[in-house]
Amino acid sequence: MPAVDEGFPTHAQRGLRESYLYDRLTIAEIQRAAREGIYDIRGFGAKRRLPHFDDLLVLGASISRYPLEGYRERCDTNVTLGTRNASKPLELKIPITIAGMSFGALSAPAKEALGRGATEVGTSTTTGDGGMTPEERQHSKTLVYQLLPSRYGMNPDDLRRADAIEVVVGQGAKPGGGGMLLGHKISDRVAEMRDLPKGIDQRSASRHPDWTGPDDLEIKLHELREITDWEKPIFVKVGATRTYYDVQLAVKAGADVIVLDGMQGGTAATQDVFIEHVGIPTLPAVKLAVDALQELDMHRKVQLVVSGGIRTGADVAKALALGADAVSIGVAALIALGDNAPELEDEYAAIGSAAGFYDDWQAGRDPAGISTQDDELATRFDPVLGGRRLANYLRVLTLETQTLARACGKSHVHNMEPEDLVALTIEASLMTGVPLAGMQQGLLDEIADRVAQRLLGSG
Amino acid sequence: MTAVAESAAVETIDLAVTPLRDLNQRLHDAAREASASRRWRVLHPNGAHALACGLDAELDVELEGHVGYYCAGMNKHATVRVRGNAGTGVAENMMSGLVVVDGSASQSAGATAHGGLLVIRGDASARCGISLKGADVVVRGSVGHMAAFMAQTGRIVVCGDAGEALGDSLYETRIYVAGEVAGLGADCIEKDIRDEHRAEVRELLERAGVDDVDPASFRRFGSARRLYNFKIDNAY
Repeated sequence: MPAVDEGFPTHAQRGLRESYLYDRLTIAEIQRAAREGIYDIRGFGAKRRLPHFDDLLVLGASISRYPLEGYRERCDTNVTLGTRNASKPLELKIPITIAGMSFGALSAPAKEALGRGATEVGTSTTTGDGGMTPEERQHSKTLVYQLLPSRYGMNPDDLRRADAIEVVVGQGAKPGGGGMLLGHKISDRVAEMRDLPKGIDQRSASRHPDWTGPDDLEIKLHELREITDWEKPIFVKVGATRTYYDVQLAVKAGADVIVLDGMQGGTAATQDVFIEHVGIPTLPAVKLAVDALQELDMHRKVQLVVSGGIRTGADVAKALALGADAVSIGVAALIALGDNAPELEDEYAAIGSAAGFYDDWQAGRDPAGISTQDDELATRFDPVLGGRRLANYLRVLTLETQTLARACGKSHVHNMEPEDLVALTIEASLMTGVPLAGMQQGLLDEIADRVAQRLLGSG
Repeated sequence: MTAVAESAAVETIDLAVTPLRDLNQRLHDAAREASASRRWRVLHPNGAHALACGLDAELDVELEGHVGYYCAGMNKHATVRVRGNAGTGVAENMMSGLVVVDGSASQSAGATAHGGLLVIRGDASARCGISLKGADVVVRGSVGHMAAFMAQTGRIVVCGDAGEALGDSLYETRIYVAGEVAGLGADCIEKDIRDEHRAEVRELLERAGVDDVDPASFRRFGSARRLYNFKIDNAY
């Protein structure tokens, strides 16, 4: 055969069969584990295939519904977060926010760029496990300040400087796990902000030091309100696991906003086994959260922000249609800044990776200067250009979301509803409750009706 | 200042009639108002939560009874005295100032505190000084299990006994215990006590007003630093 004669034959052509169970990646990981004796730690989010917003489609207008003109007719995108208790809720121009990412995980210029990009389009950015930097505050018009189990850098001055407070219970990449920042990213400045020795492998706590359980959380939120004179909205962020109960308990505790991070949500450094095997995907989590809010008659009163795998305006529109008030992006924001850029292919290759595959955000050797504390690498990153790229990307997400909303005849993106969606797969239909494409109702009702007809017919 | 002038300057708030929100707002406003009283006395705290939290001025606040969770939370500059017992998280994340509990304290006393001094004249429950970030804690009585868990910097002086898993996953906080230690947590070890450490204990006891315990009777505990970098042989 010419293919064999002219070059290297493929494995199949040579009659070699790869094991499904022990494929090359699995074999390589066993070999790495045997060599190094420590679990694989990496950044990014879940890489396995999971049910996602791609498994839903939007039903455009038809005879029964008429669309709005693209670009011309009004389709508003603003959102207000924190209307329940705070005297100063957040007013955002778009329903897409920047998720919490720490200074430490990211370089100072990268954090600045996130603030610049978000501010340019009128949305918020969020601190992370490491406190608030002056650069970040200066360049972020609306900044959410995270209160994490570690409490690194936590202080009442920054609490009052913040526009909102986010109590982090967990994140999608590792619900039930604490943060990690490996020694090579603990620079002098990071060490000082975290009150830790330089160069150690830092393990953030996985649970809060001064509260356990929903009753304590309620008192904790009350304390934060008292300290900040009831001005700031208080968000509670949970990784998607026992979502229905977590959302109800957070609402009971007094949360103004629920931030729900599905298992596709990113991380700067976590065990691969945690990223790929703990938590539930974003898609079913949204449905569980909306159900929990509706049962308490708190849907739209306590706002829901959804994150974990939001890449496109289609993802945004579908999340909103399922009942979210806003979404949040992390991994996609870093890619917009310049992470995994093909121009850096040679440099990724030099550190054993490739553009489009790079996930060693824990290692601090990022050639893009984003996930690093190395001054030389960090200074490569231009925060003005990065901010502009992020703003561009956020505008595209917004335009895409509006495009789909207008196609459904909606004058505000929040008017998207589950009735605007159908599912492509049985899983997605069952997880979200929207009908499988081609059916008139939810899958369980459809099946029940068909079974009933069959039984009646046979009776 | 004379005793008469001092008493005249004390502002008294009775929580039996004044809402908690009003008390905290007035204490916060006092940081910005030069004419506001520097001395405050709070009656009938009755175990209320979040009392005198978020203070940011050199105020002197006396709480005449038991307090609930997070009393004097995130304190800066102020002196807060609890004439009773304190609930969970007293002086949590304190930045500076002085917090004194005449009675005993519940869990997580002084959690994540960055600065200042927390004095507990009675006992402290579990996780006293958890994730401590630079503050000092002096307990005249004993502490429960997992005191100084993941404590980063600062000092903890326990005049009585310490419960199980003292100093678990400790970073650089120095722990001094005069009584019995039920057990040490992961990576916590007993270390030599030298003159500089005894001087440190003496100074802390003096600042805390504890004069009936011999500074020479303490043992020192700290981190073995075996967990500072991931190494499979040291994993727990």
